[in-house]
Amino acid sequence: MKKLAIKAENISKQYRLGEVGTGTLSHDLNRFWHKLRNNEDPYLKIGDANDRRSKGESDYVWSLQDINFEVEQGDALGIIGRNGAGKSTLLKLLSKVTKPTTGNFKMNGRIASLLEVGTGFNPEMTGRENIYLNGAILGMRRQEITRKLDEIISFSGVERYIDTPVKRYSSGMYVRLAFAVAAHLESEILIVDEVLAVGDAEFQKKCLGKMGDVPKGEGRTVLFVSHNMSAIDALCNKTLMLENGRVLAQGRTKDIIAMYFKSNSQEEGLFDIGRIDDSEIVVINQSKLMNQAGVLTNNFEFGDSLTIEVELESSEYIKAPYFWIMVKSMNGPMFAATGMLDGFRPEFLKEGINKIKCTFFNPQLLPGTYYFHMGIRAEDGLSLLSKSKDVATFNVLGSLVDKGLNGTLADSLANDSISPLVPYQWEFENGQIYNFNSK
Amino acid sequence: MNETSETQEWESEIKSEDSLFSINFKEVWQYRDLLLMLVKRDYISTYKQTILGPIWFFVQPILTMIIYVILFGQIAKLPTDGAPQIVFYLSGITIWNYFSESLTKTSSVFRDNAAIFGKVYFPRLIMPLSIVVSALIKFGIQFTLFIAIVLYYTFIEHKIHPNLWILATPFLLLLMSLFSLGLGMIFSSMTTKYKDLVFLLTFGIQLFMYATPVVYSITSIPEKYQWIVLANPLTSIFQCFRYGYLGSGSFDPNSLFYSIGVIVVLLSIGVVIFNKVEKSFMDTV
Repeated sequence: MKKLAIKAENISKQYRLGEVGTGTLSHDLNRFWHKLRNNEDPYLKIGDANDRRSKGESDYVWSLQDINFEVEQGDALGIIGRNGAGKSTLLKLLSKVTKPTTGNFKMNGRIASLLEVGTGFNPEMTGRENIYLNGAILGMRRQEITRKLDEIISFSGVERYIDTPVKRYSSGMYVRLAFAVAAHLESEILIVDEVLAVGDAEFQKKCLGKMGDVPKGEGRTVLFVSHNMSAIDALCNKTLMLENGRVLAQGRTKDIIAMYFKSNSQEEGLFDIGRIDDSEIVVINQSKLMNQAGVLTNNFEFGDSLTIEVELESSEYIKAPYFWIMVKSMNGPMFAATGMLDGFRPEFLKEGINKIKCTFFNPQLLPGTYYFHMGIRAEDGLSLLSKSKDVATFNVLGSLVDKGLNGTLADSLANDSISPLVPYQWEFENGQIYNFNSK
Repeated sequence: MNETSETQEWESEIKSEDSLFSINFKEVWQYRDLLLMLVKRDYISTYKQTILGPIWFFVQPILTMIIYVILFGQIAKLPTDGAPQIVFYLSGITIWNYFSESLTKTSSVFRDNAAIFGKVYFPRLIMPLSIVVSALIKFGIQFTLFIAIVLYYTFIEHKIHPNLWILATPFLLLLMSLFSLGLGMIFSSMTTKYKDLVFLLTFGIQLFMYATPVVYSITSIPEKYQWIVLANPLTSIFQCFRYGYLGSGSFDPNSLFYSIGVIVVLLSIGVVIFNKVEKSFMDTV
């Protein structure tokens, strides 16, 4: 039996809603009065479950309630759940940023937590100075940083600017440097929030590679929170699913992810997404998958065309946004339809509900599980209107043997297929159509 | 699985309830490099891209001193125990600056650093400590100005007579930093919930200056009111400092023990409150 790295016992966290101000003092005095008489805190008994769609009775909500789990050393545990399920709160508690209302965590090993990269970066200081500052904030000793300095600088790829104040950096360079420090943090337990969603593609690959190595070697334990099911799938062997502050399920990653998508879909092939981030101007409400015959499904035959129809809710009128829709396996992107590349953009999104459809023809995907990933950028091509995320998952049925592939590697080949360039068609609800066919 | 978890030893624990004095000083010591980096950050972010750099440290006390000489020395004609006005006021200003800067900044430590505290854990005590040390650098520079003036009046003008009490300076500084740390931690902890205290503090520090012998000497106060000033733990520190460098004024070494007592009590209260608040302040700040 392996040793445990983390054990969570009856963790709960209560937050007070609304303005903290009026009434604070009277509640505090009441609490103090109860404490004096050795009574229980009167405010712990009340509180609603954390469901922000329903209007609660009480000023207090339980962001987390009765959370119990164990993580073995060397495990990579994914934490998933809808927005507001309590994922971030759980990470905050584990990172000691705030303390639980009840319960406790027991831990073995040095903990490093990355809720953000580049925490404490000072714009006036040079890259080199910021490496030391950020490293120290993350808990590294000075000689430890000095020892790794060359490695960090070369990993960041900003050697030329290392003695320039970071306020002169491009945002990409800034993030690279921040990641480089984080990637060199030595710890037995690593807690990571969805920080991997930023940075440029080459660097992401570099970092995902580095992250991927983490649980395999050194017996390091990883806790990873993400909306990105394909990343969870690739990184984590076990997964914990939260809903309204409670643990809904935990177990093998594959099972839990299947359950996650199932719980978000009323029928097979229909996925409810909803708001992921408060900053989103366009919210992806729902996605539908359809096969060649136009039937709603998430199981496709080899060679079936793949159609995804997405319902968007825009909070304002938006001119000519860019869309991208990508099909990914757990190993990363396979193929995509990208407005930035082909030039297609809907003329506008009206305020309210909009629909957009994209069909990939004859994608020739090998049997396995895949994900649709999408995002929306504004007319300037820079600002994100909708955070890039996985919006659907589907299976391609059949076996490799059916395709005439019966060599010894046929099973593992499905995970190593080469990205093809698949012809596709964009179709916006106003009748705008764009066809892409490689020449 | 249950067997292992019950028999297993745990290295660390996060609990919902903590005892009052559960400060992990060992952990604070482990993060000493962070303290130095934060001091460096303060220094760089204040003076990078200014032409005069740290020379600005001199400008403020000199201008303040000139105003005090005109206002309190020439117009109000407050007695200075026979010491030249310039060096008398400068001595008060130099150490008062250190105290007020440390106190103001530690008082807002939670609010100022909420962004960092909300993302990373490190012993929160490091932050106020780094402020007190940063302020020490500024003090050091202003102190050299003060020393230059003292040397001038000692050897050229022969108007003041420093004595061995100047050796107490490091100890006086330590007392002041602990005092500002204690008071600052109490205020910073309370302001996370009760923002009203911010207003109290900003003018409170100004008023506090007049309860401290910065611009006057304790001997010039009517005996009826002296107890007010003597109740202030800073008074004996200021008196001792002046007595050492200027060789004038009255100073009772025993009054230092009173200051030490008050400061230790305040510091303990500060540490306890700070320690309690640091674990959950992110919920209310």
